Amino acid sequence: MEIIIYGAINSIVFALIAVGFSLVYGVSRIPNFAHGSIYVLVGFLTWSFLNDLKMPYWAAILSSLVIAAALGLAIYRFVLMRLRGLPTSEIIASFAVSLIILEGLRMQGIAGFKGFIGPFYVLPPLIEGKILVMGVFVDYQRLIIMGGGISMLLFLWAFTHYSKMGLSLRAIAQDEQAAMMLGINSDRVAMVALAIGSALAGLAAVLILPLGNIAAEQGYRVLIYALAVCIIGGLGSWAGTILASFVLGFAMIISTSLFGALWESVVLVGTIILILLVKPSGLLGKQKELEERV
Amino acid sequence: MAEEPILHVEKLSKSFGGVQAVFDVGFDLNHGEILGVIGPNGAGKTTLVNLISGFVTPDRGEVMFKGEEITRKPPHRIANLGLARTFQVMRPYHSLPAYKNLIVPLNSPRVRRTRGGKLGDRDSVAIDLLEEVGFERDARVPYKTAGSLPLGYLKRLELARCMALRPEVILCDEIFSGLSMSEISSLIPLLEKLKMEGVTLMMIEHRLRELFRLADRVMVMSFGSKIAEGIAAEVMEEPRVKEAYLGKEKTG
Amino acid sequence: MPAETRRKKRLDRSIKVRSEGLYGLASWREMTYLACPRVILIAGLLVLPLVLDMYWQRVLCAAGIYALLALSFDFLAHFVGLVCLGGAMFIGFGGYISGSLNEYMGWAPIVTIPIATVAGAFLSTLVLVPCLRLRGIYFAIVSFMLPLFAVYVIIALSLFGSTEGLSALATFPNSWVEQYLILVVVLVALFSVRRLVSEDIGLILRSIKDNDQAVKASGISITIYRIKAVFIASLIGCFAGAYLCHLYGWVGLSLFAMDFSILPIAATVLGGMGSLVGAVLGAFILTPLSEALRGFGQLRVVLYCLVLLCFILYKPEGLMNVLERKYHQFEKWEKV
Repeated sequence: MEIIIYGAINSIVFALIAVGFSLVYGVSRIPNFAHGSIYVLVGFLTWSFLNDLKMPYWAAILSSLVIAAALGLAIYRFVLMRLRGLPTSEIIASFAVSLIILEGLRMQGIAGFKGFIGPFYVLPPLIEGKILVMGVFVDYQRLIIMGGGISMLLFLWAFTHYSKMGLSLRAIAQDEQAAMMLGINSDRVAMVALAIGSALAGLAAVLILPLGNIAAEQGYRVLIYALAVCIIGGLGSWAGTILASFVLGFAMIISTSLFGALWESVVLVGTIILILLVKPSGLLGKQKELEERV
Repeated sequence: MAEEPILHVEKLSKSFGGVQAVFDVGFDLNHGEILGVIGPNGAGKTTLVNLISGFVTPDRGEVMFKGEEITRKPPHRIANLGLARTFQVMRPYHSLPAYKNLIVPLNSPRVRRTRGGKLGDRDSVAIDLLEEVGFERDARVPYKTAGSLPLGYLKRLELARCMALRPEVILCDEIFSGLSMSEISSLIPLLEKLKMEGVTLMMIEHRLRELFRLADRVMVMSFGSKIAEGIAAEVMEEPRVKEAYLGKEKTG
Repeated sequence: MPAETRRKKRLDRSIKVRSEGLYGLASWREMTYLACPRVILIAGLLVLPLVLDMYWQRVLCAAGIYALLALSFDFLAHFVGLVCLGGAMFIGFGGYISGSLNEYMGWAPIVTIPIATVAGAFLSTLVLVPCLRLRGIYFAIVSFMLPLFAVYVIIALSLFGSTEGLSALATFPNSWVEQYLILVVVLVALFSVRRLVSEDIGLILRSIKDNDQAVKASGISITIYRIKAVFIASLIGCFAGAYLCHLYGWVGLSLFAMDFSILPIAATVLGGMGSLVGAVLGAFILTPLSEALRGFGQLRVVLYCLVLLCFILYKPEGLMNVLERKYHQFEKWEKV
């Protein structure tokens, strides 16, 4: 029972982390390597707003999310937009941005910036305490994650199916040229996608980080998780992303309880390699590569 | 003397997410003949070529080449067995000399096998090959960059790419498309020469008049299915074929 | 708004035009023109150990290591279409194999290095093969994760000294061997890969990158060629790792560090993607720079990345292109 509940929670965690990345890649075919770094950045920003600027918690969260979205937009506008169509350069460039942010957060001694080093940065949970759910003690924070995650996914679904901008996103995702012919501005849409994707990364951060501490190294982990979910779930498939989140979420929990935390990463990469060998386009990937091209 | 067909296709079917591109197509290609494949746009002709040459896996059906099943083999294996195909959309190297485009097929296992070990100078083999398809050697045409060649030459280049493999069957996907009447007329002798050398051709075409000059038999496809097969003159008289091209005759 | 009254016009130097083609080898002058850049490169590199002091000699060796990694990255990225963000994996494999052979079997560097190079290459290729099916970006991602994963495995299984690493390994007899070994290998690798790329294999790889359908239809198995290419790139990278192990006499988890993955990429972008020589050049520029900035800690990485970004956005052709242009062409302002 414990496994089921924690597994479900873990899956939502994965989903939260991956959905932003999956959105951006599905819409604009841009791999936003900076996804993980924005996650961490939001964590540190919120912490700073909370502790240094003494803002109320909700204000701190909101501000960081706004900054995250703006950053995502800026990354597209100033970096990625110039590199559209050059996949090698896109990858390298967004990788570079990611490193600038992550390693930048660890810098010490430049202009008095102390650098965020050490395991002492913690975000307080939104609500303290635990509750008994079906015989298992679960923190409120984890329940919030569940609730937050599910509502976010529902919101996204509604957004992309019923709002004008959301429909544009889907249009571009399905067929960029056709959408452009209908007057949808692909660059604008990409900027929105990146802004939303970054905000989602930030949202994931504020929900999940209170469970532990904030450390720059986590940026890489988060990126890897997002990528793992996308690879396993398959490109361009919403259902795939969600399915993969559950697969990974449960796989990790089960392996942790059976083998211990050390093997977590091994299981992760092992699953990826397994999928690669068996079904490279992902579980539900719509990779009609050959058929599409010929 | 009844001979086994060099290519035997049976009940080939493929649908792409709800659209039935090819349905239950079956036919034989006899050794040394030229089979024309015609039909209105969207009839599934190119998909058929993709299915046979291994670029698309069929949902159902089988393809036998020289008695061996090749249905789900990867494209490069099929090419190495001797079944080549042309592409409608060619992307040769714009900035490299034309003959360099033949280096790739000349490095295939098939060519290495048949020419035995060290090929010697692949470049000169490539140039000879281009001469065979009509690139005038004296005018240094083989050395011209592919980007500067007119369409007629590009089509020949594509044909040469297939011929480099010394295949037994070539599936030509609309090789006449985009060419002028005179360009087609100058291409026809080349195809006849291939036939004389024993190469079997299956030609997908829209240019019926020119195709009928070459084809021994013709197969008509419409909406993914085969609707007629036989000698060109007879096939074109069939009501179903006329309907496919011209639409139903108004009654009353 | 008045249009510019003058613009820059670039013309090939006459000596370049004359030296193109067969007749370039007819005159001494033209032969020198063609040979000059290569000679400068070779001579320049080989002379460096003689003029540098001990500290910088060490840096030279490190630069050589990064040069090999950059070369392998450039080769894979631009001739095969695979962006490998995990160069550290090669270093790690090469280094650990070499180190283990030395530690547990007692073999000397002259034996462990070749073995580690080849074995490491096999291992790397094995690991990368399932990833080849992935589209460009997924390959990049997975290759990025692999070094991190290797670290987890080593810790989890407590292999090879785990977090401590292996130390007190054999080193090279003297610093001349150290330097000339790496420099010669860099030059040999560079010229070999250049040769490879201009031969048929290179053309095939490029075709695979540009138009893989036609390649398949021409009877070539794409997978086999990519595997060959990955193997070659791994050989280069793993040698760098094996060499590193015996340069410092120590291997540890830091061999899988990100530094080894990023600096080669930055070097390649700086030097000019696709030019191969540029990658090597970039490494020899960035490594000393990085040494000079050692005091700044993490700022270094931020700096490489900023440099990388600037180049990729504003001058993607890199330095090599500028140099080549200056050499082969002259500029002239002309009135429009």
